[in-house]
Amino acid sequence: MRRARRHGLRSIALGYLLIVLLGPLTMVFWRTFEHGFGRAWDAVSDPYAVHAFELTLIIAAIAVPANTVFGIVCALAIVRRRFPGKGLVNAFVDLPLALSPVVVGAALFALYGRGGWFYGWFSRHGIDILFALPSMVLATVFVSVPFVAREVVPTLREIGDDQEQAAHTLGASGWQTFWRITLPSIRWAVIYGVVLTTARCLGEYGAVAVVSGRLEGKTETATLRVQDQYENFNLPGAYAISLVLAATAVVVLVTMTLIRPSRGAEGGTGFVGGAPGSQERTA
Amino acid sequence: MGVAGHRSRERASTALSLGFVTAFLSVIVILPIAALVWASTADGSAGFWDAVSSPEAVAALKLTLAVSAVVALINAVLGTITAWVLVRDDFPGKSLVNAVIDLPFALPTIVAGLVLIALYGPRSPVGIDVYGTRVAIGLALLFVTLPFVVRTVQPVLHELDAEMEEAARSLGAGELTVFRRIVLPNILPGILSGVTLAFARAVGELGAVVIISGNLPYRTELASVFIYLRLQSGDRAGAAAVAVLLLVISFAVLLAVGGVRRLATRHERA
Repeated sequence: MRRARRHGLRSIALGYLLIVLLGPLTMVFWRTFEHGFGRAWDAVSDPYAVHAFELTLIIAAIAVPANTVFGIVCALAIVRRRFPGKGLVNAFVDLPLALSPVVVGAALFALYGRGGWFYGWFSRHGIDILFALPSMVLATVFVSVPFVAREVVPTLREIGDDQEQAAHTLGASGWQTFWRITLPSIRWAVIYGVVLTTARCLGEYGAVAVVSGRLEGKTETATLRVQDQYENFNLPGAYAISLVLAATAVVVLVTMTLIRPSRGAEGGTGFVGGAPGSQERTA
Repeated sequence: MGVAGHRSRERASTALSLGFVTAFLSVIVILPIAALVWASTADGSAGFWDAVSSPEAVAALKLTLAVSAVVALINAVLGTITAWVLVRDDFPGKSLVNAVIDLPFALPTIVAGLVLIALYGPRSPVGIDVYGTRVAIGLALLFVTLPFVVRTVQPVLHELDAEMEEAARSLGAGELTVFRRIVLPNILPGILSGVTLAFARAVGELGAVVIISGNLPYRTELASVFIYLRLQSGDRAGAAAVAVLLLVISFAVLLAVGGVRRLATRHERA
C-alpha cells in the first residue's frame, strides 16, 4: 500500500519534470543538429553571432566585478555595521529578484530617455545611454545586484567577528583585517555568488531587450540574437546559439554542484537559497 | 594610537562603505525606479488612471494575474510532491534529477521559450501544438518557476524528523492525517514563500513567453509584453503606468515573503 503510494508520487514528480523540463531540453539538442553539424557551426560563427557573443561577454565583464565589489561591501555593512535605514537597503538589494526585467528596462527609459531627468545632460555632452552599451550595462547590473550580497551575508553572520576583533586588538588595520581574515573566510560564498551573477548576466534578456534597440552587429547580445534568428525563420541558427547558452548554463550548474559541499548542505544551488527577506528582517 | 583614534577610524570606514553602498544602489536601482514612478504620473493622476484602465491594459493585467495564480497553485502541489520525492524517495538517477531542478534558473529565459516551442510548437514531434494559446503561456511560466517551491520545501522536509511521522502512524494515524497534521504545518511556510516568489516571477516574465505566446492583444498578451510593445511604439507614459503596477506587486511580494518568514520563526520559538 505504502509502496504503491510511493511509486505513484514518484511517477507524478518525474512525469511533471519530463513534460515541463527534460522533454523540451532534449528537443533543442535534436533540432540543433537536425540539419547537420555544419549548419549549426555556420550559425554560431557568423560575424553577427560572434559580435553578439562578444557583446554579452563585455557586458558581463563589467557587471560581474561591479556587483562583486558592491555585494561584499554591502554584506559587510549589513552584518557588521549599525546604521539607520538598514531595512531599506535590504529591500532594494532584494528587489531585482521579484521585479520584472521589463520594468527595469522601462525605468531606465524613464531616467535616460527623452523627457527623462538625465536626458538633457547626456545628450548635450553627446553621450548615448539608451540604445547603446551604457544602458545595457546598467540594466544587467540592476538585475544581478542581489546574488553576491545574498550569498555573503549568511556566511559573514555564521563566522562571527571574534577573529576580526582579535586582529584589531593585535594592531591590524581595517584593510589588513579584511584581506587576511574576512575575505579568506567568505571566499566560497563570494565565488558562489560570482557564478550566480555571471549566469544571470549572460542570460539576461528582458531588460536588455527593452533598452538596447537590438541593432544587429551593434547592440545585439546573444540572447537577443536567439529571438532575432527565430523571427527571421533561421531556426537552426536560433537553436545553435541557444545550445551554446544552454551549455554555459550546464557548466554553471556543474560548478555550483562541485562548490556546494564546501559550504555546507543546503537545498538548492542558491538561486532560491533563502528566499528574499531571509537575511535580515530583525535589524 | 589610542581608543579614540581607533573609534574615529572605524567611524570613517563605516561612513565610506555606507556612502559607497548608498551611491551604488541609488545610481543602479533607486534613481531609475523613482524616475519610472515620476514618468507614470507625468500627465497627472488622471493620465495614470487612463493608461492602466485602457481595455488592452486591463485585459493584459487580468490575464497576467490569472495565469500567474494558476501557475503558482500548480507549483504548490507538484513542487511539494517533487520535493517530497527528492527527499523521502530513492531511485536510480535521483541526484541527477536533483541537479537539473535548478536548470530553469541557469538557462537564459529566451532559450527556455525556444526550448518549449521546439517540443510544443508548430513543428512538434509529439503532435502537440499550443503556440499562441494560454496553455502555452502556462507551460512557459511553469518551466521558469519550477525550482521555487521545490527548493524552499526541500530543506525543511530534509530537517523534518521522520520519527514524528512514525510515532503518529504507530498511534494509528492514516497517511492523510500524518500529512495534514504533521508534515503540512512544518512545510507550509516554505510552500507559501516558494509560491509567492513563483507568482512574482510569473507576473514579470518576458523571455520565456514572448516567442510561444503569440502576443495577441486581448487574448495572449501579458502585462510584460504589453509594456515591452508600448515602449517600442513610443507610448512611454502607458508603459510606465503598467510598469508601476508591476513594481507595486513586486514590493508586495517581498513584504509577503518577509512576513511568512517572520511567522515561521515565531512558530519555531513558540
